[in-house]
Amino acid sequence: MSRPLLLAIALLTAAMASLFAALLSGTFPISVPQLFDGIFSPAPGVAHDVIWQLRVPRALAAFACGGLLALSGVLLQVLLRNALADPYILGVSSGASLGALAALTLGAGAALMNTAALAGAIAAIIIVFGLSFRRGDWNAYRVLLTGVVLSSGLSALISLTLVMAPQGQVKGMLFWLMGDLSYAGDPLVAWLILAVLTTLGITQATRLDLLGLGELKAQALGVAVTPLQLGIFFGAALATVAAVLLGGAIGFVGLLIPHAIRLLGVANHRALLPLAVLLGGAFLTLADTLARTLLAPQQLPVGVLTALLGVPAMLVLLGRRR
Amino acid sequence: MLHCDGITLSVPGRVLCRDLTFTVEPGQLWAVLGVNGSGKTTLIHALSGLARCDDGAVLLNGSALESGDSRRRAREIGVLLQQEEADFWGSVLEYVLLGRFPHTQSWFGWGSEDEEAALAALAAVGMTGFARRRYATLSGGERQRARIAQILAQGPRLYLLDEPLQHLDLRHQTAALALFQQLAVERGKAVMMVLHDTLWPGRYCSHALLMHDDGTARAGPAREVLDRAVLERLYGCPLQEFAQGAGRYFLPDV
Repeated sequence: MSRPLLLAIALLTAAMASLFAALLSGTFPISVPQLFDGIFSPAPGVAHDVIWQLRVPRALAAFACGGLLALSGVLLQVLLRNALADPYILGVSSGASLGALAALTLGAGAALMNTAALAGAIAAIIIVFGLSFRRGDWNAYRVLLTGVVLSSGLSALISLTLVMAPQGQVKGMLFWLMGDLSYAGDPLVAWLILAVLTTLGITQATRLDLLGLGELKAQALGVAVTPLQLGIFFGAALATVAAVLLGGAIGFVGLLIPHAIRLLGVANHRALLPLAVLLGGAFLTLADTLARTLLAPQQLPVGVLTALLGVPAMLVLLGRRR
Repeated sequence: MLHCDGITLSVPGRVLCRDLTFTVEPGQLWAVLGVNGSGKTTLIHALSGLARCDDGAVLLNGSALESGDSRRRAREIGVLLQQEEADFWGSVLEYVLLGRFPHTQSWFGWGSEDEEAALAALAAVGMTGFARRRYATLSGGERQRARIAQILAQGPRLYLLDEPLQHLDLRHQTAALALFQQLAVERGKAVMMVLHDTLWPGRYCSHALLMHDDGTARAGPAREVLDRAVLERLYGCPLQEFAQGAGRYFLPDV
């Protein structure tokens, strides 16, 4: 059996397992039979409510968020042809964070906070895009540099907000900055975006492969490079915004999940894209389950868990590479 | 099929060629000769639509190069670039298959005719046994042959080859030249290649384009253009001429 197919089966299993684990674990104990009863029977009850109103949305939000970040990472790594590109290179997370923190400082509610985060993210994208795509002339290096520069500027403003904020709000802000899925809203839109972008990405996989060989090479083989780059830019930006609005600035997933798949021996985008989405989703679902159960009832920011789980796994993968 | 109508090419600070006019027809095998930095690569890029001319127009079958769909253009014109920016992650076969992009119908992978074309192209450069090898493990010359195979799989009607013989040993140089000649003479393709070796143009090419570093250029049938005195002026280097069988060979007189 081919390696991508084998990996696909393994990761689908892992994805299902992570979702089940997320539904089973929590402060309210739910057994496997109860879980199936709760999922498939319409009978109301505590188990039913816990499953459908708390755990299913949370697990689905975690999965979508992880998948979107991994997808965005794959797209930006090929767009910028830089192995260290991650979803936050466009300044999306710092823009969103600054927006959210500003709203928090002003005492806004959750809905307004999300709107502010969205506005911050969009503003960051517009600035990066406007500065790096002038006169129809696209330069990956300038995108990268603009994003990095903007992000560090925004980070300084975020630090300033943290310092100036009232003591009681700082903890909530730190959770947002480290990434946290406790306040994730309805994951439906994120799932739609994930499904559409993944499908689109798979249909454009050969173009992505060609772009990976260089702009000139892609152009020589008949790829309309500029429209493709614009598509990748806005696709990645959309995925990142959707992810950040669900879970804040969760690190590690977008940068390293694509590399994990590559280290497992799959690099062509037709397989890499869906596999990265599966691994990213499964990984973040697992990390989030641990984040809310390890020290329950205390919740940990999931961004801390992604790094604590992911770093050793990546080091092992890197070490075994021939 | 490809007509250059008074094109001017420049790089910042220097005009590479001025008001250059010539036509490449099917069945012709062109050599592009010139010293380093004389604008051979820029010309190849301009002819393939990868770069713009400062003035003049490049017409493909009578219509301007910029107009039209880029995939359709890639079915007409294939370019072998002098260098590729990035390494390739997959097997040699996967690499050659990328040449089939202008022909793909499916959104979800390569068809059997693509695989056949890629394997035939690998056979044509003597790399059948390399199909499953990782591209990154190939030597420089093997990579060059894989890149030639990719453009063969692309199967355009006009081949623009920027230094196709680089990294190739003598045997593979002659094999590649015989292959290009076969493309032109037997299969009616048009081939234009940048060469650095004065041994080959007089033996294999029907036409030649000489780019002098003062911005003048001369294009025409090989037997008219390839002249010892002209080549000596082009390269700034004394040459000897040998005639042997079908070929005229020029060697540095050192």
